[in-house]
Amino acid sequence: MGLFDKFQKLAAARRDLAALGIDPFGVEIERIISPTEGVIHGRRTILAGTNNYLGLTFHPECIAAAHRALDDQGTGTTGSRMANGSYSGHRRLEEELAAFYGMRDAIVFSTGYQANLGTLAGLTGAGDVVLLDADCHASIYDGCRLAGAEVIRFRHNNPEDLAKRMRRLGARAAETLIVVEGIYSMLGDRAPLKEIVDVKRELGGYLLVDEAHSLGVLGDRGCGLAEELGVLADADFIVGTFSKSLGGAGGFCVSDLPELDLVRYSSRPYIFTASPSPATIASTRRALSILAAGRDLRARLRENYLRLHAGLTALGYTLGAPPSPVIAVVLRDRVEALQFWSQLLARGVYVNLMLPPATPDGVSLIRCSVSAAHTAEQIDAVCAAFAELRAAAGIGAVECGAGA
Amino acid sequence: MLEYPKIVAELSAELVTFTQGRVEIGEDTDLLGDLNLDSLQVMNLLLHVEDRFDVSIPVNILPDVRTVKDLALQIELLTREA
Repeated sequence: MGLFDKFQKLAAARRDLAALGIDPFGVEIERIISPTEGVIHGRRTILAGTNNYLGLTFHPECIAAAHRALDDQGTGTTGSRMANGSYSGHRRLEEELAAFYGMRDAIVFSTGYQANLGTLAGLTGAGDVVLLDADCHASIYDGCRLAGAEVIRFRHNNPEDLAKRMRRLGARAAETLIVVEGIYSMLGDRAPLKEIVDVKRELGGYLLVDEAHSLGVLGDRGCGLAEELGVLADADFIVGTFSKSLGGAGGFCVSDLPELDLVRYSSRPYIFTASPSPATIASTRRALSILAAGRDLRARLRENYLRLHAGLTALGYTLGAPPSPVIAVVLRDRVEALQFWSQLLARGVYVNLMLPPATPDGVSLIRCSVSAAHTAEQIDAVCAAFAELRAAAGIGAVECGAGA
Repeated sequence: MLEYPKIVAELSAELVTFTQGRVEIGEDTDLLGDLNLDSLQVMNLLLHVEDRFDVSIPVNILPDVRTVKDLALQIELLTREA
């Protein structure tokens, strides 16, 4: 078998898309105007597929902090923290994250993907068991693979299934790592974290919660779902990213367990990569302090996602989950989703197209992500585009899924 | 511990339900190729198989599982350990 033979299926899929005149995975945002607007195909477009939940990418204080760091510390760190040294900003950000969560320590990673890869591969290894929710993100699966740990999936958002699998493990259950997400990125649904914590309290194990999509979104202080549900103390490890609500790039793991500091020394994705650049660290620190300072951005975000969710529900669309900043519209099949995505773009609305096998249960989705920076007029314009498509040949008239 | 022939019979019954009888199932049936399942569908199929045999099948063993026979042997091993 030739080196490139495995690409034949991909090439065929891409040819099919080209025949339809649609290129959903190669979109170029020719100019970025604001957190919620850009130019695509020469047209001014509302960005409703960015994960820019708090809209901080253009915050003047974050930009000023990044400028200062760039001037004072240069463009890059040119190496890994273990081999080439940490900059003081790396450590300060770790201290600030730990303080934000009220935990002992944090580790900063260079991307959100690497935060899961580095935490899981550092924390677990051959002989360990990781129990993960079936719908966990690819970075969690990949981290487990890199670790060489035994991976057992439990049914999505099903604490009884988790408990059943832990009981099967017998005495080993007490040392397992349970992995769930605060908000799942495809459908926007939340983990039943209280019930999962109950399983952990009864049967043992450690709990890791990935709050990538819930940091800055849920909880009184914006820590995420664990805080919102009052179970932060039961989360042994929280993983998150800087690239969504904090408008930068990078990720972290925070924990109250003293062993976290040792994870650095066994985490290849931490050791063998360049550390985040000074400007990235500086804007992230500023964004974190803005997030921690008040509830106004979270309140605005909530107002916006409730408005879009209600608007799409009123139009008769089937949505993947109750309201959250991730709003997934369930469509009949792949072809309908492709056409839908393309027609929204033609109407000046950019959203995400999500197709199997990336989606749970083989559904085809149009995924919107809402920002605190969206205006009510922009949300209404998105709804209007959906309404036009609804009117045209009943597109999106699917009668299945979880509903909301 | 379950006997291998019994595992194959039960597994085949599960696969017939899963594929709605579209494919004839035997020991050498290829889960991906013959049943035309993608990797995610195989993982979801395993959730049902796990319930039927009351075992947890680690995701790690999947690269070694191509046929019904491969899966049956893994289940035999897991029920022996249980």
